[in-house]
Amino acid sequence: MNDQVKFTIDGKQCTAEKNTNLVEAAKMNGIYIPTLCHLEGVKPAGSCRICNVKINGRFMTACTTLVVDGMVIESNTNEIQELRKIIIETLFVSGNHFCPACEKSGNCELQAMGYKYQMMVPRFPYEFEEKEVDAKTTKLYIDRNRCILCKRCVRSIKSKDGKSIFAIKGRGHKAVINIDHKLANQMTDEEAMHAMETCPVGSILRKERGYVDPIGSRKFDHKPIGSEIEETVTVK
Amino acid sequence: MSKPIVATTSLAGCFGCHMSILDIDERILQLIELVDFNKSPVDDIKEFTTMCDIGLIEGGCCNSENVHVLKDFRKNCKILVSVGECAIMGGLPALRNNIPIEECLHEAYLNGPSTKDANPDKILPNNEELPIILDKVYPCHEIVKIDYYLPGCPPRADLIWNALVALVTGDELKLPYEVVKFD
Repeated sequence: MNDQVKFTIDGKQCTAEKNTNLVEAAKMNGIYIPTLCHLEGVKPAGSCRICNVKINGRFMTACTTLVVDGMVIESNTNEIQELRKIIIETLFVSGNHFCPACEKSGNCELQAMGYKYQMMVPRFPYEFEEKEVDAKTTKLYIDRNRCILCKRCVRSIKSKDGKSIFAIKGRGHKAVINIDHKLANQMTDEEAMHAMETCPVGSILRKERGYVDPIGSRKFDHKPIGSEIEETVTVK
Repeated sequence: MSKPIVATTSLAGCFGCHMSILDIDERILQLIELVDFNKSPVDDIKEFTTMCDIGLIEGGCCNSENVHVLKDFRKNCKILVSVGECAIMGGLPALRNNIPIEECLHEAYLNGPSTKDANPDKILPNNEELPIILDKVYPCHEIVKIDYYLPGCPPRADLIWNALVALVTGDELKLPYEVVKFD
């Protein structure tokens, strides 16, 4: 059997298999550490920083950290919650996030983070930068206004022969997500749908779909993001 | 003791937020017991006649008139509340914010499908009686100090109601998960 390690999150005793990353380890113990760029089964990138926790007093991203015996982790302290809220507000002002006009509204993970941390208004000025929309492929379009550069699509969406369909173009503040039109045109309906669902925001959208779910029956209409993880333990 | 006085306005908005105020249904009877209204489209009072306690602002600032009205509200209201996405971040009117103003005017008055043939003299609105359109749509808090924010498109009637009651009574504002939404 695998070795079990013991650690604490916000004072709660937890156990998990050795070499589990902290986001998954917390999840197994009924504790939700918020993530945007992390995707189960895909190599973590640590790019969004939402999962920042304090491990033995130091800030580290939970998705890129493997759990070790005796770790003392702080996650839901006021300081860390405030830090996460700042990151979310930064994402809201640096893109053009017009929630009322977005097909992903209600199913969007960034928006759900805004709800979780009760962002009433970002504390930073809006940038309203010009971003391009790419609708040249048959099944998908890319709306870079909403992209948060989490690289989920780059890391996880591949063609049948293993080629990347999405990639980053440019560096620093000029970095944008690009789509390989030829490979994207070969995607099946299911693969295109999967790409849309992989995107945490409304940046990769399936064409000819629009607003399918009515208000009230969308993913985050009634329950906060992560509540299903926190509920599993109270049921036990 | 006299009742607190509320003023409301719609700047670059669609009046959806005012509709949401009416969406408090029969609680509107409680509301008129609780507060008096001054300048507002609800009672059609056009100018401030007294200092108000609470000003509810719908819509962002897209032209000089919006800025004038907003500054007038700041001067005449003790507490200003941004109501809805447009007041908070510009909302749908702000979709033009990364398009040059000249291009917007040309599309609206010269090249758009409904104006292409209807404006042979190629006239753009330019009269001193008309408010001047701003280079972009500004959130209200980038023009004046705003005290509170109620997000939503429109904010749920329960959110507006809870906030108004909390402001008037001084009780703590309750924010159940389902009332704070951005759409």
